[in-house]
Amino acid sequence: MSSGDVKHDYHLVNPSPWPLLGSLSVAVLAVGGVTYMKGLFGLDKGNPWLMAIGLAMVLWVMIGWWREVAKEGAHGDHTPVVTIGLRYGMILFIASEVMFFVAWFWGFFEFSIFAHARVGDTWDATNPLYADALARFKSWPPVGVETFDPFHLPLINTLVLLLSGTTVTWAHHALQHDDRKGAKLGLLLTLILGMGFTALQVIEYSEAGFTYDGTLYGSAFFMATGFHGAHVVIGTIFLAICLMRLMMGGMSAKKHLGFEFAAWYWHFVDVVWLFLFAFVYVAPYLIFEGGK
Amino acid sequence: MPMDEIALDHHHDDHDHKPGFFKRWFLSTNHKDIGTLYLIFAMIAGIIGYTLSGLIRWELAEPGIGPMLWIVEHLQGVQGDVAITHAKHFYNTVITYHGLIMIFFMVMPALIGGFGNWFVPLMIGAPDMAFPRMNNISFWLTVAAFILACISMAVPGTSAGNGFGGGWVLYPPLSSTTGHPGPAMDLVILSLHTAGIASILGAINFIVTILNMRAPGMTMHKMPLFAWGVLVTAVLLLLSLPVLAGALTMLLTDRNFGSQFFNPAGGGDPVMFQHLFWFFGHPEVYIMILPAFGIVSHIVSTFSKKPIFGYLGMAYAMVSIGVIGFVVWAHHMYTVGMNVDLKAYFIAATMVIAVPTGIKIFSWIATMWGGSIEFKVPMLWAIGFIFLFTVGGVTGVVLANAGIDHALHDTYYVVAHFHYVLSLGAVFGLFAGWYYWFEKMFGIKYNGFLGGLHFWLMFVGSNVLFFPQHFLGLQGMPRRYIDYADGFHTWHYVSSIGYAITLVGTLVFFIGLAEAMIRRRKGVANPWGEGATTLEWTLSSPPPFHQYNELPHVTNKGGH
Repeated sequence: MSSGDVKHDYHLVNPSPWPLLGSLSVAVLAVGGVTYMKGLFGLDKGNPWLMAIGLAMVLWVMIGWWREVAKEGAHGDHTPVVTIGLRYGMILFIASEVMFFVAWFWGFFEFSIFAHARVGDTWDATNPLYADALARFKSWPPVGVETFDPFHLPLINTLVLLLSGTTVTWAHHALQHDDRKGAKLGLLLTLILGMGFTALQVIEYSEAGFTYDGTLYGSAFFMATGFHGAHVVIGTIFLAICLMRLMMGGMSAKKHLGFEFAAWYWHFVDVVWLFLFAFVYVAPYLIFEGGK
Repeated sequence: MPMDEIALDHHHDDHDHKPGFFKRWFLSTNHKDIGTLYLIFAMIAGIIGYTLSGLIRWELAEPGIGPMLWIVEHLQGVQGDVAITHAKHFYNTVITYHGLIMIFFMVMPALIGGFGNWFVPLMIGAPDMAFPRMNNISFWLTVAAFILACISMAVPGTSAGNGFGGGWVLYPPLSSTTGHPGPAMDLVILSLHTAGIASILGAINFIVTILNMRAPGMTMHKMPLFAWGVLVTAVLLLLSLPVLAGALTMLLTDRNFGSQFFNPAGGGDPVMFQHLFWFFGHPEVYIMILPAFGIVSHIVSTFSKKPIFGYLGMAYAMVSIGVIGFVVWAHHMYTVGMNVDLKAYFIAATMVIAVPTGIKIFSWIATMWGGSIEFKVPMLWAIGFIFLFTVGGVTGVVLANAGIDHALHDTYYVVAHFHYVLSLGAVFGLFAGWYYWFEKMFGIKYNGFLGGLHFWLMFVGSNVLFFPQHFLGLQGMPRRYIDYADGFHTWHYVSSIGYAITLVGTLVFFIGLAEAMIRRRKGVANPWGEGATTLEWTLSSPPPFHQYNELPHVTNKGGH
């Protein structure tokens, strides 16, 4: 749309179908989700198809949209000033993600620190609805919940993730020095470590001594670590796409915003894990002796 | 600033061609077009939200259960006691969706999406937003969220009927499967998730635009106050909405996948939801008012023909309101059984907000002091805003006291308080901006008499509507009830008459809009004269499709 006499370096983007399609996809996904959970518009509860279609549409829009962005970057639309804007944008996005995890940590802290207060005097201990809960939630983790020993699998996972933080930095430095081979190797190692983390997390989940549904501890634990796990998977995909672009000859020593953002995201995921490790795994284990 | 130079730069843009209709309005990447879309959307959602408030006032004009009963009997075909239960639920859904729609789909889209999109780039001398394509998905996601909310009104909520009736705050257990087992509540959750994503993306866009795209020479401390207002708003959105997203997700998994976050029987805590909700909900209040603060500052300065008094103080007052806004949330929850020390803290913190707010009110008055004041339509709205927002602020200080709040919590006093700051504050700010920038946005002039008439009808109507609600609240009339004791009748009746007056005012608004569109009196670049000093007045009305192809240079103290 820009006319010939533009004398600034900002990026005036051409009209694009992706925002409209993206919103449509989100609406389909949301209605599909409710259909799956509750049944809607004559479709039975548990019918996953509308949700699957919505999800496929969302993924299609993501791929289409970001391909366009990568092309524009290669085409030179990402001038220095636009690049600064993109960096600000990614930082702010990560800030909002941090606040999302604040909600889960807040929940976990409140449930653990105020476990006693919640079963305080205001509760009617003779009410059969609460009597059981009263007995179980006198401590945190609740009576009968056996938590993980943080110095086994979780510690290994911490080391795996920290190591992946170093390999992604290795890849970044290699790319900056135009050592594309080193960059690919570093990135590949990061991917392997990232997938290793996810695999170990799956193993850990399968060995959990408590369940997600029906127990507060399980809800708080699995949602906090589960959302972290989901972010690890997203970060892994982000890095995998960078590796793909590297192999296809994309990204240069000077300009590789996509890679930088993937690395930032990866470090963010790493830091969230350190907080999870410290406050969800280690602290309750040491303070409350793992519910024993 | 070199006004003439900038104005000259732009006439050759007129022949840069606009895309075709579908491409222009559905696939847009132009901040002004997206701003217009937001304004149209806000009008549509506003009409629906305003109709719902009409149903509330209609029902409450007389004691007993009247219009709602008639509606459920005729629409849902139920009779007798069942019909009464359905009527009660219907009333609850009306107040719930009135709140949700007015907040998320009227005030926010209009002030931030509409005016923010239109005027932040124009005022800071930027050719567009930082991420023009992401800007568009913010808009369309808001539409998607609104459609989800509308679907939710039409699908089962409880056994007593469709829709969610637990109030816009979505407290469990009303929002748990205990209160609303049907899909309506799940749709509300996903609607707010979608609106939240839209707002977070919009917030990122505004922050990056303001930090990275100010014209050469425009330092942060020369930036117009509206841009400051939107900047603080955007930061609040960015940091508070993800916490709401977390709370909504907990609610969703509690409802559908067996988690126990808010279920006491499983050890969970419903009050936890209130904490998470109000950690978002309180900043949300400032999200709705800060852009209006910015608009009012420009109008007061323009029509007093004076620069705004205490510009830096005004800017940092908004920043401090934003910061303190994050640490006062539990003043919405004094009655949950909170520790008295905690209450003392939240009282003190809440009272502190009166300081920066006072700075704003007094600076507006000081701006007018000794000015050459012209009572044009936008100025009427701005002065109305200052007056009525102050009333809402003063009752806010009353409610900040936990002791008094124990008596007034969930009464009409609270309803009166937040309608004074929102429907007479934010909405007056919104109309002020509308009449201030109408000619700039659409290139046509509105009829000043109709604008003035609109103001006076709304000013009288909304005061008659909301002021008696203070009395009702002090007398003990609770919120969110379909019926009341006969003793409350008088003031409820007066309140409903107030609504009827605002209804006439709203009709005048649309007549004024239609009149301007039919007559098409050609607008000028700057209808307000020497008082209007911000950059948007250096452009033609309407501005070229892409403005500032050559960036303006701000040399002297521009922008306020």
